[in-house]
Amino acid sequence: MANDPIHQFHITKLIPIEIGGLDLSFTNSSLFMVATVVTAGAFLYLTTASRGLVPSRLQSVSETSYEFVANMLREAAGTGGMRFFPLVFSLFMFILVANMLGMFPYFFTVTAQIIVTIALAMLVFSTVVIYGFWKHGLKFLGLFVPQGVPGILVPLVVVIEFVSFLSRPISHSVRLFAVMLAGHIALKVFAGFIVSLGALGPLGIGTAVLPLLMVIALTGLEFLMSFIQAYVFTILTCMYLNDALHPSH
Amino acid sequence: MEAEAAKYIGAGIATLGMGGAGIGLGHIFGNYLAGALRNPSAADGQFGRLIFGFAVTEALGIFSLLIALLLLFAV
Repeated sequence: MANDPIHQFHITKLIPIEIGGLDLSFTNSSLFMVATVVTAGAFLYLTTASRGLVPSRLQSVSETSYEFVANMLREAAGTGGMRFFPLVFSLFMFILVANMLGMFPYFFTVTAQIIVTIALAMLVFSTVVIYGFWKHGLKFLGLFVPQGVPGILVPLVVVIEFVSFLSRPISHSVRLFAVMLAGHIALKVFAGFIVSLGALGPLGIGTAVLPLLMVIALTGLEFLMSFIQAYVFTILTCMYLNDALHPSH
Repeated sequence: MEAEAAKYIGAGIATLGMGGAGIGLGHIFGNYLAGALRNPSAADGQFGRLIFGFAVTEALGIFSLLIALLLLFAV
């Protein structure tokens, strides 16, 4: 169906692989994840391979993205947070490049799959929990007891903090997933209006200009959202890592 | 009630949630603008926080849009 706005998210098996009842097929989703990693890696490597003291345009793009993420991490988690820089920078580049690749027509959007975003969010969540307990031991539980709370309220606050801590990976992943999914569906829905209006004859073609303008505006907004969502995912990662580094409020 | 009709009614109700996100975004940008006009020199430094608040709030509206779209096209 050409008009089905959900069709773009269907996963198709390109190379069926099955090991011991586990379906490990190489799908179009896997293909675009590989493409994302290759694009990000090749871009960063090639633009910084012949480093000049005066950076070329592409080299300054690489350097700016490095500085951007490094500043974000330093502001949110302090200089001690820089040990997580490889993780945070990889997450940022992966999500950014995946979102941007998804904007090409007929390309698959990896981040519009909940399984991908929840895997990324669980990676961050388990890093926080494991590093927090490894570094601070049971003091890590002090995260759930904010300072300056009256004694009678402490049990209630601890429950609230604990539930909000556990719901972090859900909101972290669903935010990215929902924005990418809804944005791409909205683009397809408005593009569908153009097709249906165009089928109505000359008058319809005249009015089809309106949804066309809407699609152009939405495409611009989607590029903005691709960047902002990568930014938000990364800055939330930095804030969560800050909890692991400095658990007492 | 027919299941098909319930689906469309549900999608319509789900979009109401976007109104809440609209109120929230109005607060964010309105207060930013008010603050920026009082102290223009500090405005640029808070732009990152503005965008962060925008994205986090806007995502909640997107959640209800997502429910509506899933009801229309995926259920």
